[in-house]
Amino acid sequence: MLKTRIIPCLDIDKGRVVKGVNFVDIVDAGDPVEQAKVYNDQGADELCFLDITATHEGRDTIIHMVEEVADEVFMPMTVGGGISEISHIRNLLNAGADKVSINSAAVKNPDFVKEAADKCGNQCIVVAIDAKAKEDGSEGWEIFTHGGRKGTGIDAVEWAVRMAEYGAGEILLTSMDRDGTKQGFNLPLTRAVSDAVSIPVIASGGVGTLDHLVDGVKEGHASAVLAASIFHFGEYTIAEAKQAMADAGIEVRI
Amino acid sequence: MKKIAIINYGLGNLSSVYNALEFIGADPFLTEDHKELEQCDGAILPGVGAFGDGMAHLRDNGWVDAIHEFALEKQKPFLGICLGMQLLASSGTEHGDFDGLDLIKGTVVKLVTGDRSARIPHIGWNSVSGTDGKKSYVDIENGQDFYFVHSYVLEPEDDAVVSGKCSHGKEFIASVEKDNIWGAQYHPEKSQKSGLAYLQNFLKV
Repeated sequence: MLKTRIIPCLDIDKGRVVKGVNFVDIVDAGDPVEQAKVYNDQGADELCFLDITATHEGRDTIIHMVEEVADEVFMPMTVGGGISEISHIRNLLNAGADKVSINSAAVKNPDFVKEAADKCGNQCIVVAIDAKAKEDGSEGWEIFTHGGRKGTGIDAVEWAVRMAEYGAGEILLTSMDRDGTKQGFNLPLTRAVSDAVSIPVIASGGVGTLDHLVDGVKEGHASAVLAASIFHFGEYTIAEAKQAMADAGIEVRI
Repeated sequence: MKKIAIINYGLGNLSSVYNALEFIGADPFLTEDHKELEQCDGAILPGVGAFGDGMAHLRDNGWVDAIHEFALEKQKPFLGICLGMQLLASSGTEHGDFDGLDLIKGTVVKLVTGDRSARIPHIGWNSVSGTDGKKSYVDIENGQDFYFVHSYVLEPEDDAVVSGKCSHGKEFIASVEKDNIWGAQYHPEKSQKSGLAYLQNFLKV
């Protein structure tokens, strides 16, 4: 049976981890290879790198970083941030990434997702959706781009359905209302998107406790859960997260 | 040290396969030139992408005959990974009907689960069983988890070539093994310990 994935996410700036794991045994907390090894040893199911540099020079840097990580850690990696051309995707896949995550470029030009899925295979195209409650107070959630700064007026659920039709292989759904709050995933949003599409949905944004991870799967119907800070700051290990999920009756890889 | 060619035909996670092989003590090298197969003890066909596209790339660069000579006439170890495994089949049905390498008799079809909770693409870690006694699974316990990312599966005509099975909404073929010709639908190079053990076994063919 397919296991529910736990995915730690690392923010990368100029090839260095910005919010690193504060573990004592780590020599260089900014080194992505060291961080990846920690998560690898803890049994993470995938790694997600989010490149926040998103400049032209930064693109080469992230490719080198992916190469270095792939050199030492034999586990799946998703890389996102500023991807807007097919060549970016190809270079990242060749460097050792398994999936790429596309956000703003998909909104700017939805056909880019179609082209990427056709050329590179839909299984490696993740569409990242940053959503928050509609500002006019009406029902539902609106998607935002450019790291959450730019509203689009697009409904999150409709967008997820459209992206799945365009060939996205997976949705990485972040609740901006919850991101950084440690109050747990936005479960109504997660469930609305998960139930609307038949591709896997990764829930993100707001995890503060291990129960939140369980809720994301059981109540949010997510196929995978992503978290950053609870792992970064050593509050919980991946192994503890998996145990909590297993205790709640969710199939995980232990 | 075994020299293993990793076929670079424009599609694939080449460096991951390269790194994994190097890690387990092989001597891998990436090649775009089929003539270089001659100097190799074995070859791996990786691949991410669509079936028709993959075959077109292989054909355009003269790989089809070279692979046949290598795997069939010379019977050298040949492993297809993910799309690479699917290309071993006689034909594929992704975005049209296409001929495959025909090294394993069978067809590649979309994985239809008929179960909404079994989402497609099939992405993540899933257990592979039915592996007891298979050369490709020496030192790998039956039921170990491997990492999958795919929407299509190979359905072989002959059950005897099946080396591992997996289930996602329904049972499908996770790996094949026909003498010197192996295929893995999952990514051994991404499957941590179990995946490295699988590749280790490939070096022993």
